[in-house]
Amino acid sequence: MTTLLQLSGVSRHFGGLKAVSSLDLSVDRGEVIGLIGPNGAGKTTLINLITGVHPATAGTVRFAGEDVTRQQPWQAARRGIARTFQIVQPFPEMTVLENVTAAALFAGGLAYGERAEAAALEHLQFVGLADVAGKRASTLTLAMRKRLELAKGLAMNPKLLLLDEVNAGLHSTEIDHALALIRAIAARGVTILIIEHLMKVVLNLCSRIVVLHHGELIASGDPQSIVRDPRVVQAYLGRRYADASH
Amino acid sequence: MPTGVDAYWLRLGTTMLMYGVLAMSWNFIGGMAGYPSFASAAFFGLGAYAGAVAQKYGLPMVVAWSLAGAVAALFAAALGFALLRLRGHYFAIASLVVAEVLREIVNSATNLTGGGMGLNIPVPQMASIADQARFFYYAMLGVAVLAFGAVLVTQRSRLGFGLRCIQQNESAADMLGVNTTLYKVNAFILSGVFVGVAGAVYASWVHYIEPPDVFDVLYSIKPIVMVLLGGAGTLFGPLIGAALFLSLEELVWRNYLSVHTGVLGLLIVLLVLFLPKGILAFRLRRT
Ligand SMILES: Nc1ncnc2c1ncn2[C@@H]1O[C@H](COP(=O)(O)OP(=O)(O)OP(=O)(O)O)[C@@H](O)[C@H]1O
Ligand SMILES: [Mg+2]
Repeated sequence: MTTLLQLSGVSRHFGGLKAVSSLDLSVDRGEVIGLIGPNGAGKTTLINLITGVHPATAGTVRFAGEDVTRQQPWQAARRGIARTFQIVQPFPEMTVLENVTAAALFAGGLAYGERAEAAALEHLQFVGLADVAGKRASTLTLAMRKRLELAKGLAMNPKLLLLDEVNAGLHSTEIDHALALIRAIAARGVTILIIEHLMKVVLNLCSRIVVLHHGELIASGDPQSIVRDPRVVQAYLGRRYADASH
Repeated sequence: MPTGVDAYWLRLGTTMLMYGVLAMSWNFIGGMAGYPSFASAAFFGLGAYAGAVAQKYGLPMVVAWSLAGAVAALFAAALGFALLRLRGHYFAIASLVVAEVLREIVNSATNLTGGGMGLNIPVPQMASIADQARFFYYAMLGVAVLAFGAVLVTQRSRLGFGLRCIQQNESAADMLGVNTTLYKVNAFILSGVFVGVAGAVYASWVHYIEPPDVFDVLYSIKPIVMVLLGGAGTLFGPLIGAALFLSLEELVWRNYLSVHTGVLGLLIVLLVLFLPKGILAFRLRRT
């Protein structure tokens, strides 16, 4: 296996606040990694730092062998780093199809025209939104918007997909649907880093879990060892979870 | 010999086309990209002076006009990279100042521009006054056709699509791979180049320009009203808005010159409050 993403000693400070501090993480091609941690641990900041939204204040980010620490978000997108937003961000007045076409066009490298639209429609079929392709994005339900984010992410033709709480606010049947989708995306060979509060999802999906707490990486390993790690139990999972899993 | 009526309609038609150019141009940055620019007067005045000075130094008229477009485009590019990092009303305020600064520069560069004394532009050699009026009508029509062509091409291209993305959600557009700074600067250049040419044509048309005339803040405000009136971001909205606006101006305000700016301000407020998508929205909503 080869390394796709390599973070070395990366930090991101906001004023005096260390949202992420001297963090090392390496992600191999084809991995599905779960990123967990309490609220405010720095998970979203880590994604912003990888995608150039809030560049690292120290350390380096390497992607596919290239130093991308100072890249802009649009450059990250074209290099093959796609992300979904914790708070969904569609183009509200555009149709669902146009939303996904934009992703295929600007990040996916397709030329303007019908090919990009056809590709977008395929992605909509894949996530089950083909029948609302012509509707305005602002009319979708939350569950549909989350799937729209997934379709956009896919249309970007990513090497690395960063999913920020794609299941938050969904009920269990919707979550099962999303889980199946994510698994299918991983099966295509896309490397995935998923931020998730639902342990059921993380344990189901991920080959490795990393735990963030106060901006520091406190544990990294396979799901079984993570749920038994006393530091993780104390910082995040809580005693009840540890007891239940025994 | 022209009858008085002919001359009136030619003048009105030329003005109408000039307003159309101003409105279509503002639509690139204000309508498509969603950045409320007040820089139109800067481009207009810059184009007028670039064209006038070039002719003063002996360049043929049409070459001078093209040069004016190039100067406006270059200026827009430089200004865009500086100002388009600002969002929303910060950008609006910054762009408003630009025309004032240019006006002061032109005022003080007396050797080149004649300063506050103004500048005479050589009158083209033509058989009659009527021929001249017709010539400038067709010249302005040419500029309007070019601007309309640019709108058409832009709306059906990657650039136009990217601008719509920026207008709806700039950070999401950025995240999807739209080089937002470059796209906005391109929109700004498009919003400047034809206005610059129109300014130069205007200068040749009226034979004489002075700073307060061509850097008039109304050249920044009127196109905004026109586009809001007709429908921002649309293909025909700016043209319809320009026609409506000129009709209003001719029918009503000619008689109430003193309240001109006040009425304009009121109209903007009413438009933003009650008709945010312009006249065209009525038709679109029904379909
Ligand atoms: N743009 C910003 N400016 C200032 N502080 C910020 C900014 N973004 C994040 N922070 C701070 O950084 C810390 C980490 O925030 P972050 O959003 O990364 O947490 P998170 O792990 O994603 O939390 P959650 O589970 O609630 O989404 C928080 O204290 C937050 O207030
Ligand atoms: Mg978060």
